[in-house]
Amino acid sequence: MSEHVSESHAAHAHGSGDHHHHDHAHHEEEHVHPVEHYVKVWAGLVVLFFISVAGPLVGIKILTLITAFGIAIVKASMVVKFFMHLDVEKRFVHYFLATSLVFMFLFFAAVSPDVMRHEGTHWVNVAAQDTVAKGLAAPPEGEGEHESEAPETEH
Amino acid sequence: MAFKPIATTRSATGIQTAKLAVWWLLASEVVIFGGLLASYIMHRIGHPEWAHYAIHTNVWAGGTNTLVLLTSSLTAVLAHREAQLKNGRRAAMFLGFTILGALMFLTIKSFEWGHEISEGFTISANPFWSFYYTAAGIHACHVIVGALCMVWVITTALKNEELHRVELVGIYWHFVDLVWIFLFPLLYIAK
Repeated sequence: MSEHVSESHAAHAHGSGDHHHHDHAHHEEEHVHPVEHYVKVWAGLVVLFFISVAGPLVGIKILTLITAFGIAIVKASMVVKFFMHLDVEKRFVHYFLATSLVFMFLFFAAVSPDVMRHEGTHWVNVAAQDTVAKGLAAPPEGEGEHESEAPETEH
Repeated sequence: MAFKPIATTRSATGIQTAKLAVWWLLASEVVIFGGLLASYIMHRIGHPEWAHYAIHTNVWAGGTNTLVLLTSSLTAVLAHREAQLKNGRRAAMFLGFTILGALMFLTIKSFEWGHEISEGFTISANPFWSFYYTAAGIHACHVIVGALCMVWVITTALKNEELHRVELVGIYWHFVDLVWIFLFPLLYIAK
């Protein structure tokens, strides 16, 4: 309701003389994009989606990685900017979202060496090595509970 | 003006408190999904045999669901646009389309999972499928919660009240879409 707008304006007008704040409030509350703007963003996302699906058909591994994950990052940033409007949000929000991401990468950096590698100086993860060897030797069809309907060629 | 709790009207940071709360929620979601997906990625790299399991995921079901979620994000942002124009009824209509997207997503997912489970690819079949059902399952829970929240927001938007909620539920919904944007290549494309 209009009370939301007036409240927000009132809150900003309180710190009067602050031009930046006032402009920001103005931009946030009054700027309405045309429908076409959002439809164009959506169309862009759909095109990128089809590229990411078509990527693996070429059969080059590095290209698949780029079309799958490179495009995912582009699509994600488009959604964040154009749909979530994070770009016009206060800096404070950017900071704590970035902090969350940093924690995620920190977790990855700390744990991944032990998970991605199965041996190192003075240690061997025998169980993991066995699992990999078994899995590569005989890809299970639903853990043997099922008759394998489509026999696969592993090599 | 109707009575409002002080937390709703106060704005210590210059951001509307309710909106700030949604961003905080999403920051915690980044850690939840981020942690899960980071774990998946490190295991996937450490276990080349998972490629054998991943070939069984249905790219058609996953792809269709991607299109459904992208389109539901469009209708969510169009609802926000109508809310900006103070047009509660139209905002409610677009949120209705978004809920329809959520239902389509869940329907496709239930058929997909039903088929996979009947093939023997259960959550305990191997660690790949454990990650598959956990990640997609937690995501599906978020889809359900988002749809329920939108039902609630629609009831107030129809009366042209509390229209800022349309934007808030939209931000959450775009995040749900965002998570799927990463889940899709991780579970369906990288084979």
